[in-house]
Amino acid sequence: MKTYTQPVYPYTKPTDAGLPQHWPVIVVGAGPVGLTAAIDLASRGLDVLVLDEDDTVSVGSRAICWSKRSLEILDRLGCAERLVKKGVCWNVGRVFFHAEQVYQFDLSPEAGHRRPAFINLQQYYVEQFLVERAGEMPGVDLRWRHRVVGVTPERERVMLTVSTPDGEYAVGADWLIVADGSKSAIGGMLGISSEGQVFRDRFLIADIHMSSAFPAERWFWFDPPFHRHQSALLHRQADDVWRVDFQLGWDADPEEEKKPERILPRLRAMLGDEARFEIEWASVYTFQCRRLRSFRRGRVLFAGDAAHLVSPFGARGANSGIQDADNLAWKLELVVSGQAPERLLDSYDSERTAAADENIRHSTRSTDFITPKSAASRTFRDAVLMLAKRHAFARRLVNSGRLSVPATLCSSPLNTPDTAPFASPMVPGSPAADAPVTGGSGDWLLDYLGQGFTLLLFLAGVPKEGLLRELAALAADPIACASLLVGAVGADLPSGVCALAAESGLLAQRYDARPGTAYLFRPDQHVCARWRDFELTQTRAAIARATGQYMH
Amino acid sequence: MLNTEPNLAAPDDFYEELIGLHRDLSDEQSALVNAKLILLLANHIGDPGVLRQALAAARQDVVGLDPATPLPETR
Repeated sequence: MKTYTQPVYPYTKPTDAGLPQHWPVIVVGAGPVGLTAAIDLASRGLDVLVLDEDDTVSVGSRAICWSKRSLEILDRLGCAERLVKKGVCWNVGRVFFHAEQVYQFDLSPEAGHRRPAFINLQQYYVEQFLVERAGEMPGVDLRWRHRVVGVTPERERVMLTVSTPDGEYAVGADWLIVADGSKSAIGGMLGISSEGQVFRDRFLIADIHMSSAFPAERWFWFDPPFHRHQSALLHRQADDVWRVDFQLGWDADPEEEKKPERILPRLRAMLGDEARFEIEWASVYTFQCRRLRSFRRGRVLFAGDAAHLVSPFGARGANSGIQDADNLAWKLELVVSGQAPERLLDSYDSERTAAADENIRHSTRSTDFITPKSAASRTFRDAVLMLAKRHAFARRLVNSGRLSVPATLCSSPLNTPDTAPFASPMVPGSPAADAPVTGGSGDWLLDYLGQGFTLLLFLAGVPKEGLLRELAALAADPIACASLLVGAVGADLPSGVCALAAESGLLAQRYDARPGTAYLFRPDQHVCARWRDFELTQTRAAIARATGQYMH
Repeated sequence: MLNTEPNLAAPDDFYEELIGLHRDLSDEQSALVNAKLILLLANHIGDPGVLRQALAAARQDVVGLDPATPLPETR
């Protein structure tokens, strides 16, 4: 590749490493999901061993669209800024049918959010930045060319056999996070197979290096003149690298289609004879929509592609994997430290399988639109595209990928149901909506959420002594809950309680807040309860519920 | 509720226009026109319950009927 040099990470001999024989958590796979999990766990004070069979980052761009929610999670872990600076921010998507544009969408979020809807950045950069962030965390021990070749789940631990260029060794963990990708070797060793659907279609994916006046937009073609009867996609990444994607059909020969003499004419037809470009990487892929029946098997927890697979249209693969890690890390911390029962981890399974099902449903629908499976299906698809040019209603039916939005965990057992009406979509289970604030630790609400449980309390005037005593008590509980006071004036605040100003009004608006309104956030920034009045007992009960104390 | 009682003021006129819609079209073009017509009418109706009943009624007698969807019937 011309624009990127793959780093080669140093291998450490197991004998030199002086590795402990037992870890609280071992993560297998140093991809975006495994690294996010490891950094999150280490930021919560756990020691984590990460094992990867390779010694470099992703070859080829692979995942390129990183969603707002992923950036917010990585902000919490101290590494989103590098992604945003290096990445390409985009908002507009265009859909073409034959030679004409039939539909355009704009994902620009409303004002008052720190992060954009999406950035595009090659997966190798994201992995590199995460590796470098992990290197700054004393709790993370990242071992390259350490391949897991055996896994033995036991009652009180999981034992691994690890192969290195210097032979094998054994190591154990209380908990094992399996993030070793779509062909999960660990899943195979444990005899766990996933269930779902394979799509009979092939796609050519290529990164090309090109200086071009094309805008940073997502362009998707159905049946374009340059690639008849198939679809095509063009999307900008960092370093003047562009993602192109050509649907090939099931009968295409993957080895043939990867050859430059096959790719170049397609690109010439798409980009025009004047375009100057070089192919950086090309691959032919098929895809599946499937997931494991359960993401938890005893002490083994599956995350990312090892747990669920979707089509790439919609950017729901890596983004949902990062949400898996975000969901899992705080729960593991509480379980490892003995503050929550092990069954809290069953909520990782129920919450994230529900999210996976939502992603699979969207992805399957997009695929049925992009790759119709019958003559009638193709006729309807073409009818929608033809109507979309003239009629607004049909544009809502065009499906070139429904782009990733974070899952709302509305049926989670960790939620405390509403007891009062709210005119805000921030229902229990929602990831927190960001809003501008002023305070001691940053200019965004999300800067203040995520260390542990956090209570956001809207007040008017001077907080009463009794209230501050109760908030101080919450902050001193074994599972501590910090408080953020919005609209409070003129009081000495106890430890664990801080004041926020939110002058724009967007915070109160997004949360439908009035004086007295309280929101309780989990350590992964999801709402787990909300009330019109703060009450200490019910707040403690909600924290107990959100940490699995009432789960069966 | 899907209305299957007579609702067309001039049924013969409508039928003639519907058949006329397909004049000089290939089978493929006819299928496309039919699909566009269905989508336009479905959006106009909007009500998901009515649409679901119409979908089930359309499939009835072609293959087995999904027993989950109760259908209005004219006697």
